[in-house]
Amino acid sequence: MLDIENIKKTFHAGTPNEVRALQGVDLKIDDGSFVIVIGTNGSGKSTLLNAVAGSFIVDSGRIRLKGEDVTNWPEHRRAKYIGRVFQNPFTGTAPSLTIAENLALAAHRGRARGLGWALSPSTKTEMYERVRSMGLGLEDRLGNAIGSLSGGQRQSLTLLMAGLIKPDLLLLDEHTAALDPKSADQVIRLTEEVIRRDKLTTMMVTHSMQQAANLGDRLIMMVRGRIIHDFQGAEKRRLSPEDLLDRFEQVRRSDLLDETAASMLERQYV
Amino acid sequence: MMQLIGSVSVGLILSLLALGVLISFRILAFRDLTVEGSIALGGAVAGTLLVSGWNPWLATFLAFLAGACAGTVTGILTTRLQINGLLAGILVMTALYSVNLRVMNRSNLPLFKEQTVVSMAQKAVSPDLKWTIGRWDIPVQEVLVVILVLAIIGLVSGIMYAFFKTNLGLAMRATGDNEQMIRALGVEVGWMLTFGLALSNGLVALSGALLVQYQGYADVQMGLGMVVWGLASVIIGESLVNSRQIGMLVVGTIMGSILFRLLVAIALRWGLNPNDLKLVTAVFVLIALVAPNAIDVARRKLSSLGKA
Repeated sequence: MLDIENIKKTFHAGTPNEVRALQGVDLKIDDGSFVIVIGTNGSGKSTLLNAVAGSFIVDSGRIRLKGEDVTNWPEHRRAKYIGRVFQNPFTGTAPSLTIAENLALAAHRGRARGLGWALSPSTKTEMYERVRSMGLGLEDRLGNAIGSLSGGQRQSLTLLMAGLIKPDLLLLDEHTAALDPKSADQVIRLTEEVIRRDKLTTMMVTHSMQQAANLGDRLIMMVRGRIIHDFQGAEKRRLSPEDLLDRFEQVRRSDLLDETAASMLERQYV
Repeated sequence: MMQLIGSVSVGLILSLLALGVLISFRILAFRDLTVEGSIALGGAVAGTLLVSGWNPWLATFLAFLAGACAGTVTGILTTRLQINGLLAGILVMTALYSVNLRVMNRSNLPLFKEQTVVSMAQKAVSPDLKWTIGRWDIPVQEVLVVILVLAIIGLVSGIMYAFFKTNLGLAMRATGDNEQMIRALGVEVGWMLTFGLALSNGLVALSGALLVQYQGYADVQMGLGMVVWGLASVIIGESLVNSRQIGMLVVGTIMGSILFRLLVAIALRWGLNPNDLKLVTAVFVLIALVAPNAIDVARRKLSSLGKA
């Protein structure tokens, strides 16, 4: 499904603000697998997702999606294969358009947009059913502007939109980090449901060790632009939040030992 | 009364300009200054073609296309060549000044006996035919002009409203609302912006073409201050309808344009020096932009005073 080969990305190269965000990442993801991505701040986990989505073009390496080499494809072209939910609930929806209009936009993800009515009676009925199945009670407010909804509601709708046309790859970038605990739980429940129902191939970045331990069938841990651990199958299932915290502690200690690395970290992140 | 009807006609014609500004400033969130050049371009193209004896409707349509080309150039400058949007508009506006002089071959082009869209409507009845309401005698010709312009605006705004309800039009509205989101849904934002600017400036040029035919001359200076004029209409329209729905915004903008034109006519009647008109317009827009914030701040200060 997704095949990443030795990708590298440096931001602000040659300036004092230089950040070597990805320093040679290799990753192969099978069809239908649900990969959790964790890492310290600035470890490159969101950058990895953005590289796959095409928010920027990588400096070197290859990215293949569904057998196609998408390395140099712009973001809007990759949208044909990729559904996304962002960390900021405001990023995934157009605030002054209605719920129905936002869904209509998502119903054409990666497809030609012509002069057909965006909201035909049949699409309206289908949307009503889809929104009702989420169980948030939003189905009677399809004509309301999305900007009037709460962050949790908007994030749930973004998730619904990302899966409206079944994506070949679903990218979730800390999509519950900006929500209150109750909304976060709700969005996570919905996430699990959607992924299980449609057997979506997924990459999910998270800060929550609870989510990292409970969700997914594979977990990768990133440090300083590299993947340092890759747990799969039974090994992943055995992981507890405490194990993961231990791993982070080990990283911290090895950083203390490595003076050059520490000073580099300090320059970059402090 | 005559002046009143004239104001309504001009207000209606300039509502096309205001709709163009609505598309660029509000829907695409792009501060497009091309408008000042493209309204004169529309006037220059239509005027020149009319003097050469072209069919008025065809001349008007070609003026629309000319404006669309101007908008496309601004779009390409800003999306493909990465030039700041304001600067791209200024560059095209400046270049258009020379283009318009070239098109007209002079700075002012009067239309004497040429057949225009307006004269075609007027010729339907004799100039002596009057319509008496109370103590006013209204020439029926003037009424016909208002009806004609109203029909054109109705048609154009209807098409515009329908367009914004299609999949393509919806994607354009989302482009101005949330660029990141619509890109992630597979829309090339640069193309969409360019297309929107073409549409916007096409409407502006159409407005210029009709204005020239109404007032009977084209002038290279006619674009001066038109961005602010259009913006004033949009702002008035927004406060009239108090809604973000696209249909309401379109209707409001048209009403705003007519109302603004009437306000100006009344102010001139009361003795406002025409030389001060642009200053007054600019101050009006400034107040309209600042007032909502200022009122908010004042209200918060008052309520905190109340607590203390």
